[in-house]
Amino acid sequence: MKHTIQALVENKFGVLARVASLFSARGYNISSLAVGETQDPTISCMTIVVSAEDERILEQIKKQLHKLIDVITVIDFTRRDHIDRELLLAKVVKTKESKATIDKLIKAYDLKLTEETGGYCIIEVSAEHHKIKEVLQSLKKFELKELVRTGRIAISK
Amino acid sequence: MKGAKILIESLLKEGVEVIFGYPGGSVIPLFDSLYDSPIKLIVPRHEQAGAHMADGYARSTGKVGVCLATSGPGATNLTTGIATAHMDSVSMVAITGQVKNSLIGNDAFQEADVTGITRSISKHNYLVKDVKDLAYTIKEAFYLASSGRPGPVVIDLPVDVQMQDAKFDYFDKIEIRSYRPSHFGHAGQIKKILKLIYSAKKPVLITGGGIIISGANQELLRFAEKTNIPVTTTFMGLGGFPSTHKLALGMPGMHGTVYANMAITESDLLISVGSRFDDRVTGKLSEFAPKAKIVHIDIDPTSISKNINVDIPVVGDAKTVLEQLIEELDESKLSNLDSWHKNIETWKKKNPLKYSQEKTGKIKPQYVIEEIYNQTKGGAIIVTEVGQHQMWAAQFYKYDYPRSFLSSGGLGTMGYGFPAAIGAKIANSNKEVIVIAGDGSIQMNIQELATLSAYNVNIKIIILNNNYLGMVRQWQELFYDRRYSGTPLKNPDFVKVAEGYGIKGIRVKKPSDVKSAVKEILSSKKPVLADFWIEEEENVFPMVPAGEAINRMIGGMA
Repeated sequence: MKHTIQALVENKFGVLARVASLFSARGYNISSLAVGETQDPTISCMTIVVSAEDERILEQIKKQLHKLIDVITVIDFTRRDHIDRELLLAKVVKTKESKATIDKLIKAYDLKLTEETGGYCIIEVSAEHHKIKEVLQSLKKFELKELVRTGRIAISK
Repeated sequence: MKGAKILIESLLKEGVEVIFGYPGGSVIPLFDSLYDSPIKLIVPRHEQAGAHMADGYARSTGKVGVCLATSGPGATNLTTGIATAHMDSVSMVAITGQVKNSLIGNDAFQEADVTGITRSISKHNYLVKDVKDLAYTIKEAFYLASSGRPGPVVIDLPVDVQMQDAKFDYFDKIEIRSYRPSHFGHAGQIKKILKLIYSAKKPVLITGGGIIISGANQELLRFAEKTNIPVTTTFMGLGGFPSTHKLALGMPGMHGTVYANMAITESDLLISVGSRFDDRVTGKLSEFAPKAKIVHIDIDPTSISKNINVDIPVVGDAKTVLEQLIEELDESKLSNLDSWHKNIETWKKKNPLKYSQEKTGKIKPQYVIEEIYNQTKGGAIIVTEVGQHQMWAAQFYKYDYPRSFLSSGGLGTMGYGFPAAIGAKIANSNKEVIVIAGDGSIQMNIQELATLSAYNVNIKIIILNNNYLGMVRQWQELFYDRRYSGTPLKNPDFVKVAEGYGIKGIRVKKPSDVKSAVKEILSSKKPVLADFWIEEEENVFPMVPAGEAINRMIGGMA
């Protein structure tokens, strides 16, 4: 099961490594990790997505996270009402043949066409995880020059 | 004021009297400042030993131990000592020199990523990049090292910061928004515990290192006597409850007493105070205290429900929570525990800790320990290395006082005991400090005989010499068909080694000489190394094989 955990941490160097190593020390693979400053520049927000089968170990990790001196609060969003988003940018090769299908896709998923030059276009999508997955599936039809994704960020309702 | 001087002044403000430090290129400014300071400098012969000395100093006093090493190899040598302190929650501040700021990350000469390396073995660590942050960092480091669940804190200090100037202001208070250890136990939980105590017929207290760290020994004694609950004391908790008390059950777990393990297995209420249910204590988890409701009192929330599921968790300081329990206790509601005590008495009579010196021509190690106990009357600080001798020292010396038994429990660090004893003696010059060592362990930091000699530290070194890495040999004997791979040792002449360092050495080979030898050792005003040639294949019993339930012990069961 995937868990979305948010940690508010002191905005200092080395904090990210401390947090990440807590997971790696227990053999947990972090699916995604997104970090950014909050409205208070001394505090950063980390959103960590991790798959954990053993809830007890996850509980332990959350406690250990909380124990880190630089961690201010830890919230597990898994069972909380929240909104989450991921951002995807895809550079798609545009040909005369593919143009119509790309336009259709953009319309269908309400994607943003961020850049368009002769040979390719950049598609931007900010959505929740399952929609990103669908878009990814649809993009398989096209020739992709590049594809990048951010980690998930989440906010409670 | 220069950074180096700021550091020394800050240490003085923190009440530091001794530093265990080894010089090197990246800490020359610090050593230069130390030269004129009232802080006593002890130079070990290896940084690892310096860290263990600071650890022994801290464990024996409750103060923060301070060690200092240069960058790169100096710092990496400290790491075993830092990890040892981390596992046993010892207050320590380790200061390491670092290459200058502009070179950090360049694979510079004697550079190591110390904050990276020590991240998982310290409570917290810092790289001080700006001299303006130095004084505050030191204040914070001492606060973190000694509060909540204590632990080692590392300060990595680039050499150029040591030479930069800043105004020296020291701070009175530390405010860390993310760090607020809770001392008081939740009132509702306290009530629930008492309710369980009132109805329990077979309660047991299991008390650990937390009792000693929080100074809760008097409260524990009062609580146990008021409730009449028997007390097992874990390895880390030895001395937290008097071993000679009638409620004392001794140590539980792998090499614990049969009666402690039987009591835990049969108990209907197990109250753990400042003990973290280490796997060496619990044995097979599914069969640990199967009939008991479990209460766990610990200042560290991560220790609670880590290994076993707990019925009543209480996050709080051992001393404070015990005070709360005593305060709320209504003695008239307590059940009669006579039949439980009778039960325990029978186990005690049937399965005492035992050995036999009579029939053998060789010295039994347990006899040496017992003799040391008899002659010191329990008043010494016993420091051990790691191995069989460590367990015999835990079993056959009786600890009635907190901070009288120092040993590497969590990490099991061979090489810990001898330097830790030096640290303990420097802090407790009026007390007898005795190291119990094995012939394997003592050689892990034997170079510290030079430190002993240089500072004339009057500790007594007892080597229980069986020409083996005895504990591993015991496992090989019992579980690997006596295939003694890597464990037989070809030892030096320890007496000559001691003499080479200018220390008196004696050798004892006969059981009939043990008494007089111990007397001679203890009456010496100078350090003595005593090499006791003991029965080679003596085993530590009772023993719970790894992964087995604690009531299925081998050796020592009637």
